[in-house]
Amino acid sequence: MTTQAIESTAALETTLPRERLLPWVASVDHKQIGIMYMLLSVIFLIIGGLEATLIRIQLAIPNNTFLSPEMFNQLFTMHGTTMVFLVGMPLVTGFANYLIPLMIGAKDVAFPRLNAMSFWILAFGGVLLYFSFLTGSAPNAGWFSYAPLSTKPYSSLLGVDYWIIGLAVMGVGSIAGAINLITTILCLRAPGMSLQRVPLYVWIMLMQSLLVVLAIPPLNSALALLYIDRSLGAAFFEPARGGNAVLWQHFFWLFGHPEVYVFALPSFAVISEVIPVFSRKPIYGYAFVAGSSVAIVLLSYGVWAHHMFAVGLGPAAEIFFAAMTLLIAIPTGIKIFNWTATMWGGSIRLTTAMLFAIAFLIQFVIGGLTGVMFASVPVDWQLTDTYFVVAHFHYVLISCIVFAFFAAVYYWFPKMTGRMLSERLGKLQFWLWLIGFNGTFFVQHLLGLMGMPRRVYTYADLPGWGLLNAVSSASVVFMIAGTLVLLWNIIRSLQHGSPAGNNPWNAYTLEWATTSPPPPENFSSLPEIKSRRPLWDLDNPELADWKFSSTPEDTLSRPTKAKTFAWLFVVSEAIFFVLLLASYVIFNSQTDQQGPTATTALNVPRTAAFTVFLLASSATFWLAEQGLRAGSRIRFLTSLGVTIILGVIFLAGQAIEYKGLLANNITIDRNLFASTFFTVTSFHALHVFGGLVALSIFWIFGQQKILTPRWHAPVQAVGIYWHFVDVVWIVVFSIIYLGVL
Amino acid sequence: MDISFPVFQPESPEAQAIFDLFVAVLWISAGIFIIVTGLIVIALIRGRVRVDLPKQDFGSHRREILWMVGPIIIVLWIGVISMKLILTMNAYPKVHPPHDAPADAELIVIGHQWWWEVRYNHSGRVGANEIHIPVGKKIRVEVQSADVIHSFWVPQLGRKIDAIPGRNNFIWLEASRPGEYQGRCAEFCGNQHAWMNFTVYAHDPKEYAQWQHDENVTLASVTESAAEAGEKLFFSQTCVNCHTIDGTAATMTIGPNLTHIARRKEIGGGVLQNSPDNLRRWLKNPQAIKPGCKMPNFNLSDEQVQQLAAYLESLD
Repeated sequence: MTTQAIESTAALETTLPRERLLPWVASVDHKQIGIMYMLLSVIFLIIGGLEATLIRIQLAIPNNTFLSPEMFNQLFTMHGTTMVFLVGMPLVTGFANYLIPLMIGAKDVAFPRLNAMSFWILAFGGVLLYFSFLTGSAPNAGWFSYAPLSTKPYSSLLGVDYWIIGLAVMGVGSIAGAINLITTILCLRAPGMSLQRVPLYVWIMLMQSLLVVLAIPPLNSALALLYIDRSLGAAFFEPARGGNAVLWQHFFWLFGHPEVYVFALPSFAVISEVIPVFSRKPIYGYAFVAGSSVAIVLLSYGVWAHHMFAVGLGPAAEIFFAAMTLLIAIPTGIKIFNWTATMWGGSIRLTTAMLFAIAFLIQFVIGGLTGVMFASVPVDWQLTDTYFVVAHFHYVLISCIVFAFFAAVYYWFPKMTGRMLSERLGKLQFWLWLIGFNGTFFVQHLLGLMGMPRRVYTYADLPGWGLLNAVSSASVVFMIAGTLVLLWNIIRSLQHGSPAGNNPWNAYTLEWATTSPPPPENFSSLPEIKSRRPLWDLDNPELADWKFSSTPEDTLSRPTKAKTFAWLFVVSEAIFFVLLLASYVIFNSQTDQQGPTATTALNVPRTAAFTVFLLASSATFWLAEQGLRAGSRIRFLTSLGVTIILGVIFLAGQAIEYKGLLANNITIDRNLFASTFFTVTSFHALHVFGGLVALSIFWIFGQQKILTPRWHAPVQAVGIYWHFVDVVWIVVFSIIYLGVL
Repeated sequence: MDISFPVFQPESPEAQAIFDLFVAVLWISAGIFIIVTGLIVIALIRGRVRVDLPKQDFGSHRREILWMVGPIIIVLWIGVISMKLILTMNAYPKVHPPHDAPADAELIVIGHQWWWEVRYNHSGRVGANEIHIPVGKKIRVEVQSADVIHSFWVPQLGRKIDAIPGRNNFIWLEASRPGEYQGRCAEFCGNQHAWMNFTVYAHDPKEYAQWQHDENVTLASVTESAAEAGEKLFFSQTCVNCHTIDGTAATMTIGPNLTHIARRKEIGGGVLQNSPDNLRRWLKNPQAIKPGCKMPNFNLSDEQVQQLAAYLESLD
């Protein structure tokens, strides 16, 4: 190498990373953030896949000593946690981030900076989770962390704490991301793009994002309680000290089951775009596919206890949850019929994307049918916690997150990069994955039927177990090979792939109306939107959809961004508080409690007085809003100032109350009344404090700047939050102090 | 190479009923799968050769609703047959008293990290990892936990039920034929979840009477010199702080009850066959065999191991 060459490489190394990376790291562009989500997901897919490979090596032969039980338990815990929170979540969010603004004809998401924050906070949560390895023990209580195994007496190392904090941090990112997407869809649709005309991808992702907003808060409540158990000595989940081990399961699965649909819905969304395009037909029964997604969101909240049939819930609960579980099979079944009907009579192009979509469909049917078997409770009593479950949910989740998203990669890669992926390599990858996936997981059905429990680090050499496990482990090689083919295909195609053009698949939706890759603000001009397939209309004017299947005209009314955000945030916080209050009611309805109770420890009249201050602050905030609307700075600032003072007085009241309780030796670890009381009231106080910070910011700005109408929306948004905090307090006061319920 | 796949093999009326239900649901599922896959394959085969623009079909509400009828009937039917079995199998905790669940259990099974304690209510005897029942009789079993959640499961004999601290669950246990039935812990319970196996021995009446008789035989006093030395060790070392041997001063219940340990077929929750050799290996260093188990390595000398094993072998 010549000196010159060395110098230029050195120069490249010093300038390139910064020049190339900074625009990404500092980006608030939805497309770049979307791609970063996808890359994050790929990184963790490799890590989670490696963990899975180690697990399968350990289980390949009976009585294996390749991994210690300690290590095995950490690996399967991290594998599950990683695949759910750091592969599944970022992957579906990444695609949604990239595609939704394009599909609805918007320039970006509703809150681009919040979008960047959501991504980085998720990445940070992932790093936190993996940091646990450096403390000597990664979390090892399973991705479900069942109490009391996850409580301090049985998991004394820091692993579980990292698990809790990591998940809570990632949860914040996920909720913020979901709220952002919902707001984008509701507020930023291009003229003509009514909610009945958005692509099914957008419609289903709207439902999915809503589900994220509804499903993560129960997890956060559970995590908060578990963390208080572990670090402050409460006993919510420690039966030895009066707690309830089953409560953790209720809270966890109230999150955990909707989470399954958080993954299933995005794959439905992808498939609902891919199948029509490669069948050259519109989706069959748009309204039913969209409507069944709504049904899934509603029903998914009522099926959590089907994870708990072995607990012994009693026949009434078991029959109820079995019925709900069977019921949710119906909207899912509708979708499968609709996709099949879309292909029926179509002109099929078997591209790699289409192949993956079809494999998804068939494998998902298998996973769905074994799911129905589990809804038959006695069968569940026999098969739950065996490898049959492992097979079942990998059929569901890998079909959804891997196969459907491979379809998505092959379908949208040309849009994202401007280059086509190699179809030849794509088909090779398809067959490798098809063999590898079915080879690994199909035999696990049999292992479950033969009585092999889940989560065992090894097993005795019983008839058939060794052989089937060996088959399962060996097939992993095909999946690894398939993944390497994909990575090679991506790397190669980025440089040598044939140029894609705007619309290589003759697709129907708006993202294909712009260049590949799209410019920074997505569109130079938008086609007219008069139906669900604007590009089809453009290409086939005689056969335009609006002539044959008309949709109501767009009313052009869009809610304001700030208010939409505030309402969604409030909904998610409300669920968090409902669960905390539920734990209060559950624990304090036990009559045999030792030590202080609400009646003996609390000074109701004093707190009632402070309550009046808080409620008055809602009224003064309303006055501040009136002042702002009337354009009167003095009225706005005075009322706002009074609101802040009233809020501070309320917090001071709470501080006095805490001081009194602590002086009487009533601390959070004293008994379950104290634990629940301090948990509920302090989380509320934290919310009041957060509100005060927001109000103070407005007050300070109000001192310096001239009030403009631009302020109305953010002030209204904070108002929604502030009133919400007051409403929560009314409920808290009624339940805890007045003993309602 | 062994290539048999013993699936289910129900050996009790309850396990048989679950098996029958499973088979019914399996057939339905297979039918649905074949129909759906068949339709997809036909659509693909016909669609691949179609080159002209297909008819743009947006769907029909009437047809969608008609399609739903089939799945709804199937789902209802599965719901009804499942419900019937739920109501007949009843194995519920006292806190949700079903009308026909007598509270008196004959057996109490307590899950520990990582072994099962078995208490026979009528005789007051306590065993570990082995359950002896008479054949053809429904035995009420109370399932508890001493620490974390475990799950009690004998695949060939029926349903599993969780062993949950702070909560008593009940289950019926019955075997139609004499034999040995493998039982396992089915809920992840920590480090050694894998080795928390147990065995249900179903005896015909004669055998069962013999077993009951043997159980009640008081242990003969130790005569052999090595065993005598082992006995001394047992009571002078830490052993006595965790274990019980009936009729002696050892009465702690932290570890498994060792009365009649010599008669057990396995040790360490199934991790080893119970042979003099294996027993010595276990005593030498339990942590090497079942890493993380609650019995520490006491760094016993080979001679001490020999003596202790001799003593334990004498507990017949």
